[in-house]
Amino acid sequence: MTAASPDHQRSASWRAIRPGRIIAWTLLFIGGLVMVTPLLYMFSTSLKSSAQVYDLQLIPRAPSFDNYIKVLADGTFMRWFFNSLFVATAVTLSNVFFDSLVGYTLAKFEFRGRYFIFLAILSTLMIPTEMLVIPWYLMSSKLGWLDTYWGIMFPGMMTAFGTFLMRQFFLTVPDDFLEAARIDGLNEFTIWWKVAMPLVAPAISALAIFTFLGNWTAFFWPLIVTTSNTLYTIPVGISSFSDAQDTKWEMIMTGAALATIPTLVVFLVLQRFIVRGVMLAGLKG
Amino acid sequence: MRKRFMLAGLIAGISLLASTAAQAVEIQYWQYVFETRVTAMDQLIKNFEAANPDITVTQTTFPYADYQTKVIAAQAAGQGPDVLQFYYGWLDQFRKGGVLQPLDSAAFPSDAIKSDFFGIVDAVKRDGAYYGLPTAVRSLALFYNKNLLKEAGITEPPKTLDELVADAKKATKTDGGGNITSEGLTLDFAGQDHQWWREVLVRQFGGTPYDDKGNVAYNDDAGAKALTWYTDLQTKEKVGSIGFMDEGQAAFKGGLAAFTIDGTFRLGAFKPITDFEWGVTELPANAEGVHSNFASYFANGIGAGSTGEKKAAAEKFLTYITSPEAMQIWLKVVGELPARKAAALTDANLADPIYAPFLKGLDYAHTTVFVDEAAQRQGAIDMVNRVVLDNQAPKDSLAQAATAEQAIIDKSRQ
Amino acid sequence: MAANTGINSAGATRKGRAGFGLTLHGRRVVWAWAFLALPIVFYCWIRFYPTLQAFWMSLTDAGLTGGKFIGLANYQKLLTDPIFWKVFGNTFAYLLIGAPTSLVLSFIIAYYLDRVRVMHGLIRALYFIPFLTTAAAVAWVWRWFYQPIPVGVINGLLSHLHLPAQQFLRSTSQALPSIMVTGIWAGLGFQIIIFLAGLRAIPTTYYEAARIDGLGEWAILRKITLPLLKPTMVFLVVFSSIGFLRIFDQVFNMTHNDPGGPLSSTKPLVLLIYQTAFSSYDMGYAAAQTVVLFTILLVVSLLQLYVLRKP
Repeated sequence: MTAASPDHQRSASWRAIRPGRIIAWTLLFIGGLVMVTPLLYMFSTSLKSSAQVYDLQLIPRAPSFDNYIKVLADGTFMRWFFNSLFVATAVTLSNVFFDSLVGYTLAKFEFRGRYFIFLAILSTLMIPTEMLVIPWYLMSSKLGWLDTYWGIMFPGMMTAFGTFLMRQFFLTVPDDFLEAARIDGLNEFTIWWKVAMPLVAPAISALAIFTFLGNWTAFFWPLIVTTSNTLYTIPVGISSFSDAQDTKWEMIMTGAALATIPTLVVFLVLQRFIVRGVMLAGLKG
Repeated sequence: MRKRFMLAGLIAGISLLASTAAQAVEIQYWQYVFETRVTAMDQLIKNFEAANPDITVTQTTFPYADYQTKVIAAQAAGQGPDVLQFYYGWLDQFRKGGVLQPLDSAAFPSDAIKSDFFGIVDAVKRDGAYYGLPTAVRSLALFYNKNLLKEAGITEPPKTLDELVADAKKATKTDGGGNITSEGLTLDFAGQDHQWWREVLVRQFGGTPYDDKGNVAYNDDAGAKALTWYTDLQTKEKVGSIGFMDEGQAAFKGGLAAFTIDGTFRLGAFKPITDFEWGVTELPANAEGVHSNFASYFANGIGAGSTGEKKAAAEKFLTYITSPEAMQIWLKVVGELPARKAAALTDANLADPIYAPFLKGLDYAHTTVFVDEAAQRQGAIDMVNRVVLDNQAPKDSLAQAATAEQAIIDKSRQ
Repeated sequence: MAANTGINSAGATRKGRAGFGLTLHGRRVVWAWAFLALPIVFYCWIRFYPTLQAFWMSLTDAGLTGGKFIGLANYQKLLTDPIFWKVFGNTFAYLLIGAPTSLVLSFIIAYYLDRVRVMHGLIRALYFIPFLTTAAAVAWVWRWFYQPIPVGVINGLLSHLHLPAQQFLRSTSQALPSIMVTGIWAGLGFQIIIFLAGLRAIPTTYYEAARIDGLGEWAILRKITLPLLKPTMVFLVVFSSIGFLRIFDQVFNMTHNDPGGPLSSTKPLVLLIYQTAFSSYDMGYAAAQTVVLFTILLVVSLLQLYVLRKP
């Protein structure tokens, strides 16, 4: 609500140049429409029959959900959807738990080596995933993790970014709260879980959104670690699906639309929440 | 005689299995995703399981682009299949990766293979042992869209390369801006055109693609002429454009190409076309009447990790899927020609307007012994792209491609 | 300070153990290490050890198994490999064109969007939505857009306007920018949101004071907005640079028939790594390529932090 007041203030000066304002608004709006055009075409084509694909009309003449029924009928797509959902959820839960726990420990405990551990974790931000995939792959191959859910998930179970983000937020939590809980005789784990965590709820939601989105769209590692069709996540599945479709564009667009719809729905429902989460993560990160 | 021998072996195998193991054996079968092949295999598995209730076969499929990678990776992780399909050109890669074991000559006698199958099966023979057997073989032919030909006033499909160019020119449609809206001939080197160029065009222009020792031999005048002729189709004759409709087969299937060169395996995909009528004819000869064709196949081999009763089951399964019965099913569903001569060269097939051109092609077909099919194909794609996109002289591009391909061949020999 | 408490706590622990239990502080130290135990194992096992292993492997001729030490041979091979240099150039083309373009665009959009109140939420959503899409899926949509006539949407539009058709993904000069556009498109929304947050964080009193001083819009932008946005910009410059240096999903899916083509004109370093490692299984050579990527990322990030930190 503090955000509303600068708006008012600034628009006062803005009002002075009215024509400019209208032009700017129009350009912004057109730009926004251009941004979503590829997605509109994707949806529109997914509702067309193969005969209509090449007329470039945005609104299909005889829209039908036949393509969706065709794609969903054999269950493979639902399987990929479930795989993505499972993997992204599990990794998100793990990150929320461990990143918060580590962030909290590094922010609120005093012990020798604290700063060293913080720097060590932070330094992993500099290591690109691409450098790790080869050792990960060989390790997974040795331990039998290739082509398993655990194999897809294990590299992301904790992240330095999340730890850093949570530490920044826990630093802002006043010690008094925690002391009071300590005097009440709560153990340290309970203090973290019951007292400290609720105080950083916005940060947790930001972390959860980022982790979930990142894992939902992740392509590189799942592409490498999965071999069977039944373990593909949506991005890997869609890539193979498109390949197997003999360039039937209406089917490929249906697949792409099915991959996009879940995130769009979630976004439209939780828009404010998500935008705020991204802002928080961006500013603190 | 041989049939009886196999039957005896089968009965012996069954009784042996029945006495030693009462529980079902589960074996893994792998191939790449291609709708009709998967359907055909499902059918074969069903038949096989009905005849062998003590064996279950699980089919796993991978996208073509990742297939080799996934197979070698799975092998390294000790998760390889019992029976797998592989392109004959991948054999050396797969052998190097320890994916395959040679076929046991007791179960698959070499003489019988030699006399019953088409000669090209020898491409999967190394040091006297076969590493797999094909269900079907494939050759190339010229597909044409009858409606588009009629529209262009062409009454008979072309018989020579010159006629092909002339007809393709007549059938090409362009819009006001000079963009092709319907191709005369599809140009798709990533598809079958690189095979057409290697084993057919190079020979028809007087060259040989590879010498007796398997070294690159196309870097000469004949090769340059063949490449110039091919790239001219896009740059000079403008009868087609690489990348049109993304893939050549998509353009033909969409009714936007008069001619396309493709293999038997495409028959299944073209069968459902209802928008137009299409036909097949032999690949055009050159002016002197020289014909050539490219034949290839996917063989089924036994995974290196398959042992004991799994191996016995795998051998039984392999025997079934390379039996005449399986070949007829494969021909019906996928459209690929039987790999056994007796099953392929039937009167019915030879009279069939669609199968006949492919069968004739098998008579004079050549097989390329690939050492790394993906890399060699990539080299061919780049060779054409350098001419078409970068305006490099065909002769220079050819020389560059020859050097690169020879390097791949040399590397595989180390 | 940290060292000081460290000694104290260690002392306290020892003293505590001599007695019947730990002191309050000592107990908290135990809790801290208990909390950190599993994460420490994770970071050592999944992050640090593989990093060292990658460095080591880059000095071997490892395939899927084994490999012997071959010194710097992999790096020598890289230096003489024309494909590597091509890919190196492509990677920097993605970075040097992609990152500045997306930053300038997103700043301009955020700057004006910040002042819009009519349908602010809707317009913001329009820009943000592409960020939520799956790159691997949307790449196919773009691939379709870029097709030649009669399939491609963009060429269809051009022909409608009587403009010459473009080759896009079939051209060695247009393919890389065409793919880069999709990268910019996908990341723009995120950058706009971050810029918006940065703009909101600037106290209005600064603007009021500037206006009282008689500064114009342009001067305010230059003297107040941009300097105060510096932390946001540092973050976004580094973030988007790393994104473009690591581009893979879009390229892989948009050039599926001829990965990184035509003629390697779109191949970025990560795709080369993928092919070397997981198509050729030349793990040692691929590890050397990842070390190069690591070095590039490190140098570029440090350079940017250094340049942008300077007052």
